[in-house]
Amino acid sequence: MKLKTILAATVAAATLVAGAATAEQVKIGIAAEAYPPFASVDSSGTWVGWEIEVIDAVCAAAKLDCVITPVAWDGIIPSLTGQQIDAIMASMSITEERSKTIDFSNAYYNTPAVIVADKSMNIEPTPESLAGKIIGIQASTIHQAYAQAYFKDSEIRVYQTQDEANQDLYAGRIDATQADSIAMADFVGSDTGSCCEIKGAVANDEAILGKGVGAGTRQGDEALQAALNAGIAAILADGTHEKITARYFNASIYSE
Amino acid sequence: MITFKSFLQPHRIVMMALFGAVVLWCALSLRWDWLPKYAPLALEGLWTTIWIMVVTTVLGFVLAVPIGLAQAIGPWYLAMPARVFCTIIRGTPLLLQIWLLYYGLGSLFPQFPWIRGSELWPYLRQAWPYAVLALTLSYAGYEGEVMRGAFSGVVKGQLEAAKSFGMRRFTMFRRIWLPQAIRNVLPTLGGETILQLKATPLVATITVIDIYAVSSRVRSDTFIVYEPLLLLAVVYMVIAGLITLAFRRFENMVPR
Amino acid sequence: MELTLETLGLAESAQLLSLSAPGWGANLLRGLANSLKIAFGAFGFGVLIGLFGAYGKLYGGPVIRDLLAIYTTVIRAVPELVLILILYYVGTDLINKAAGAMGYGRIEISGVVAGIWVLGIVQGAYSTEVLRGAIKAVPPGQIEAARAFGMPPIMIMWRVTIPAMMSFATPGLANLWLIATKDTALLAIVGFSELTLETRQAASSTRAYFTFFLAAGGLYLMVTLCSGVVFGWIEKWARRGQPSLRGGRG
Repeated sequence: MKLKTILAATVAAATLVAGAATAEQVKIGIAAEAYPPFASVDSSGTWVGWEIEVIDAVCAAAKLDCVITPVAWDGIIPSLTGQQIDAIMASMSITEERSKTIDFSNAYYNTPAVIVADKSMNIEPTPESLAGKIIGIQASTIHQAYAQAYFKDSEIRVYQTQDEANQDLYAGRIDATQADSIAMADFVGSDTGSCCEIKGAVANDEAILGKGVGAGTRQGDEALQAALNAGIAAILADGTHEKITARYFNASIYSE
Repeated sequence: MITFKSFLQPHRIVMMALFGAVVLWCALSLRWDWLPKYAPLALEGLWTTIWIMVVTTVLGFVLAVPIGLAQAIGPWYLAMPARVFCTIIRGTPLLLQIWLLYYGLGSLFPQFPWIRGSELWPYLRQAWPYAVLALTLSYAGYEGEVMRGAFSGVVKGQLEAAKSFGMRRFTMFRRIWLPQAIRNVLPTLGGETILQLKATPLVATITVIDIYAVSSRVRSDTFIVYEPLLLLAVVYMVIAGLITLAFRRFENMVPR
Repeated sequence: MELTLETLGLAESAQLLSLSAPGWGANLLRGLANSLKIAFGAFGFGVLIGLFGAYGKLYGGPVIRDLLAIYTTVIRAVPELVLILILYYVGTDLINKAAGAMGYGRIEISGVVAGIWVLGIVQGAYSTEVLRGAIKAVPPGQIEAARAFGMPPIMIMWRVTIPAMMSFATPGLANLWLIATKDTALLAIVGFSELTLETRQAASSTRAYFTFFLAAGGLYLMVTLCSGVVFGWIEKWARRGQPSLRGGRG
């Protein structure tokens, strides 16, 4: 009898919650932790950045009613498979490993992975040069996979956000960090990043570093995947992609 | 209280059969193929979790004694700071305290260049000293409050008797007051230690690799979500169970 | 201390924390509002679970009692962080699967609701124990008297047991409320925009980690201290007409 009451209450609560839902909205998941200059919160609480503008443009071109939904980065794939979001557009690289779990659209940008370290340090972006050094990387990224595969003689520290790894590089707790070249160019151009410089790109390994950044979708959600592909193709063709890029960066960050 | 016979009631046999079926289902139909590969890492993580818990509990308790004493009988200039300390520790989330100590202090380092030259620098670069400090202070804050009550709870007549014997103040504290206060808090210590165990996964957010961090690593490497989390929950339950048993034995050893 | 303040630059901190546009104060307050919303909901949901749980543990059949014992033991032995992750992923997944099976389509679960559900389940285990203790402390004569008057069980619960146990339950519930406010910080790890996550975003955007974490700490402390005062009043009210046990909460 009591169990029944609890069940009834739960169902009632669930339907209350469900009342607000509208079926046609597409929830685009982004990382809740800031990733400037691609996506970050400004002081008025709104999400801004290159990727946010691209999401808006892609959705407009594909005639999708998108809602940007921040979720924790290291749980973003479970959130997609668990249906809390419908697509991931959070600078996620298209890798073989991820493709076993989710599908990807075509790439909408691609940049190399670089090593950043203190200016005074003589570091090359090679495993030999980084041996014995402490490398900070963000959890659940291609950089973590790469560092674990290649920098076996280095100590690897895993951070929840790239910002925290940058912060520890500035504080001197780590010797180097590996991350995306654009995000790092932004960092070394900032006040705290002035300590450090980009030491160069790591040797490419497409199996780990992937084939550029694409939008992740649930396996089998082919309609959304096709819509996003059409949207990406449209903004690349009509120059919107270029226009947004020009507002943030000096050079193109897309190549076939 | 829990006897073998109490498990033989019919409803319990049915429940245990159901439980066994669930375990069997988990073992057979969930994915555990990642287990052998990550087992060594998991053992290291388990060790980190345990030593952090034990060290911070012991250090925290040692710190809690003077804090409790200061609040119970100290002059106002000792009682006030102790009281403020307990209020602050108990009034703010531990996660925030850990981040304040690690990233907050870290962000101040570059302003004091001599820190990097000091002998402490190799330790300040690591994450575990901050984890140990934060968890120790937290335990001291909560247990300090408990110790205050325990010191006040010692029967005044005993102290007066000791005084009339001509015992010196420190001997009185060591031989009568402290043992009785500890005996007063003994029943709560097991619970407090389990709370401390439950606080340890937070150190994973500042790059300490404990058992929780290992499960996050499995999740991000393999995209398997539930299995590592379920196993993690079981591991924590086993540790909590062992703590309970250990304290029960310990309590029985102490004469009443 | 003075040196720290000087190097931090108090003027700069004040600017960072200001409520209008270049400052991040408004973001922190919005986060605080979300934290309080979740804490309040979770606390309420927890007390509701606790009430059923306590009654089940005291008067339920052997199966219900054993199930409740498992529930409270498991929740109290596993770290909140792990429980939050499990409940968050499993819970929303299950609800969606169940809704799909019943043909409702997908159910949207907002961050606040998910936070309330997750923390509420955790809180429920603790309030079960608090309320069970409180109900047991009610003199059985009062309940027997009500029964002798022929009151139906629900009426006994509303008119006798709950009012009489309030005074025993308040200190425990006050403690649980404080745990609820502090546990909302853990939701930052799952990506809810509550106070701790807003603080983290502000701190990493401005690099002023120290300033923002201190400010957030101040906000949490304020909530704690205010709650202490409010619960002091509630306890006084709940104990009205009863002899005082001690000289009031310190």
